[in-house]
Amino acid sequence: MGVRALEKFATEVGGADTGPVTCVGGRSQWDVGGPCLPSVREVRAPSGVTEYEPAEMIVRCRAGTPVAELDAVLAAAGQMVTLDPACPEVATVGGVLAVGHSGLRRLRFGPVRDVLLEAHFVTADGSLIKAGGPVVKNVTGFDLCRMLVGSLGTIGFLAEVVLRCQPRPQVSAWYRAEGADPFEIRSRLFRPSSILTDGASTWVLLEGRAPDIEAELSFLPGDWQAVEGPPSVPAGGRESLPPSRLRSLHGEYLAEVGVGTVHRPGPVGVVPAQGRAADLQRRVRDAFDPSRRLNPGRMEAA
Amino acid sequence: MTSTLVADLRRALSPGRVLAEPLELALFARDASVMEGHAAVVCFPTTTEEVQAAVRIARSHGRAIVPRGSGTGLAGGAVPVSDDASPPPVVVVTTKMNAIVDVDEVDRVAWVQPGVLNLDLSRAVAHLGLHFAPDPSSQQSCSIGGNVANNSGGPHCLLHGVTSAHVLALEVVLPDGEVVVLGGLDPDPDGYDLRGAFVGSEGTMGIATRVAVRLTPLPPAIRTMLVDFETVAAAGATVSGIIAAGIVPAAIEMMDSAITCAVEDYVHAGFPRDAAAVLLVEVDGLADGVEEAARLITDIAVAQGARTVRVAAGAEERALLWKGRKSAFGAVARIAPDYYLHDAVVPRTKLVEVLAAIADIAERYDLLIMNVFHAGDGNLHPLIVFDRRVAGTLERVRLAGGEIITACVAAGGMLSGEHGIGLEKRDYMGMVFSDADLDAQARLRDVFDPTHACNPMKVLPGGSRCGDLQHVPEGAWV
Repeated sequence: MGVRALEKFATEVGGADTGPVTCVGGRSQWDVGGPCLPSVREVRAPSGVTEYEPAEMIVRCRAGTPVAELDAVLAAAGQMVTLDPACPEVATVGGVLAVGHSGLRRLRFGPVRDVLLEAHFVTADGSLIKAGGPVVKNVTGFDLCRMLVGSLGTIGFLAEVVLRCQPRPQVSAWYRAEGADPFEIRSRLFRPSSILTDGASTWVLLEGRAPDIEAELSFLPGDWQAVEGPPSVPAGGRESLPPSRLRSLHGEYLAEVGVGTVHRPGPVGVVPAQGRAADLQRRVRDAFDPSRRLNPGRMEAA
Repeated sequence: MTSTLVADLRRALSPGRVLAEPLELALFARDASVMEGHAAVVCFPTTTEEVQAAVRIARSHGRAIVPRGSGTGLAGGAVPVSDDASPPPVVVVTTKMNAIVDVDEVDRVAWVQPGVLNLDLSRAVAHLGLHFAPDPSSQQSCSIGGNVANNSGGPHCLLHGVTSAHVLALEVVLPDGEVVVLGGLDPDPDGYDLRGAFVGSEGTMGIATRVAVRLTPLPPAIRTMLVDFETVAAAGATVSGIIAAGIVPAAIEMMDSAITCAVEDYVHAGFPRDAAAVLLVEVDGLADGVEEAARLITDIAVAQGARTVRVAAGAEERALLWKGRKSAFGAVARIAPDYYLHDAVVPRTKLVEVLAAIADIAERYDLLIMNVFHAGDGNLHPLIVFDRRVAGTLERVRLAGGEIITACVAAGGMLSGEHGIGLEKRDYMGMVFSDADLDAQARLRDVFDPTHACNPMKVLPGGSRCGDLQHVPEGAWV
């Protein structure tokens, strides 16, 4: 029955003769990568957690599973997957991976591309392909999993994935201070989960055991107040900068210190690859979807 | 024909950095695997421009290119081979490109040339409180370029992740000689993650000439424990128990009794010679978390019947315990002249079952198989120790190796956790991937190298794309 759901999805996606098609998740990041062409046929990936063995610290689920549903299953065993979308009730696992935007805890837990261990995806010709494997360490063959993350569905549509889990921290605590130097804060903390700044205030997320969090906090200069959570994150656009460039930001923003992601209230222009790198990008898309039937309109540069 | 190839290379590089004498070539016919190939010429560029020149000259003479770092690979990835219809390839060695170009301690990034040795990089940034986290057991001699090619691991990758998680950007000479930068120092470069595709591509997509690596802070607190057991099952249950308890140690290494004795004879670190299995467990981080994790791990081990839990008293004892683990392969050289080191990865909860299957295979083939491996991530390294001069031994080693891989795959595992596929396991790829899966991987390779000029015949079995017809060369055994 498990495999049949994936095959059914592959049939829905269809082959070249079935025309353009787009895969819909929770639509929470629908505009990333450019608008999909209007009136394109829509499909949805199957949903549900299909295999979870806490002692393996990996989980298998269908790409259409809402992130909050996955999180509830993992929380019961004290684990988590750091997909961390802004709207976990709506966002789907496959959608977060296809968009490839990491959450606010990237500083500690790494980019979202590192959580995908195995992917079953449907290609432009309607075949169901497996990449990677259901183990935490694996160099068997070329790394198609990392290519799929952030590909906006243009290499294939994710159907089922195996993800790396983490232990859920005992305590997660946000703190805020006014006027602190966020870059100095970073140099004083060991594995903070997040450091955010809007140019005036600094927020830090410390996770782990309470005594360690208290000790870390005591090293920090400034007046730190416990707060409910991070500030609201501007959702107009994201800039991607080398982390040191965050020292010279202007305008309204919320920046992830040590990471280099800058959240802006308005749209942000992307810098597409140039020259030979752009040629390689196009060749990838030609190799997997020569007729551009998957998510037409997205990732135009390729 | 070879003489004009050599002359062209000598003009472009320098005569002293282009080797073509039979004795010199013989040194580069193998890597640390047991397979052998044949190089037409071996060259040692020192700059990106020289790598470009070498690649272009090789191509203009119709030669394939085989990139090579320190030659410590165990899967034959650097063995120079070409298909029956083609002349021998040009080997491009990156060991003379060994400069640490730039270290940015604020952003914790270093640009390095590919020939920089793994441990040299960590030593060079230690005064900044930083290190390069992937730590293969061969870290004294393996290069960053080789780590990139194989997406190498190491004991501490349990916590920190393998090489791909530590590579931000790459300058690459493509198989047609052009230079491109993949990835970037910013978190989300636009487009597909070609950086991710290149890492682990085993030299089939070009030659990395500069690598931007992430540097990781050294932890404020470390606890290293040696735990010994009367049964392998108890050690395996302890590994599962630690993971299930929500602890991710920096490393969990397992050694069985045979390798523990061999190591003890070699380094005299006080490893218990009468244990059925030992675990080397390390936790790091902030003081309280480390303390708590160490206490929990001890409780779990004792509940599973651990005999003793020895905690390293200081840096010296910790170094000694790690020396024992990392010199395991040196230790076996005292037992028999040859060894064959396998690499496979299985679900962590299947470790005990697979170890039992391996013990059964050893008995049936009358071979000595030792186990020393990264238990925390299920990465097995069965080590077959033998003497190839004894008639028929090689054939038994070969057959037993095949059965070990079959057992790992049957348990839900994969062919390689960190050594790569190379020549060694390419013909096993069909055990874990369908023809359509392999075709998708071949399409990715062809984006970079449509004519298969760069490290041909590696990773993917012949026939992954229409028109491929290749055989693993005579003398190669998998």
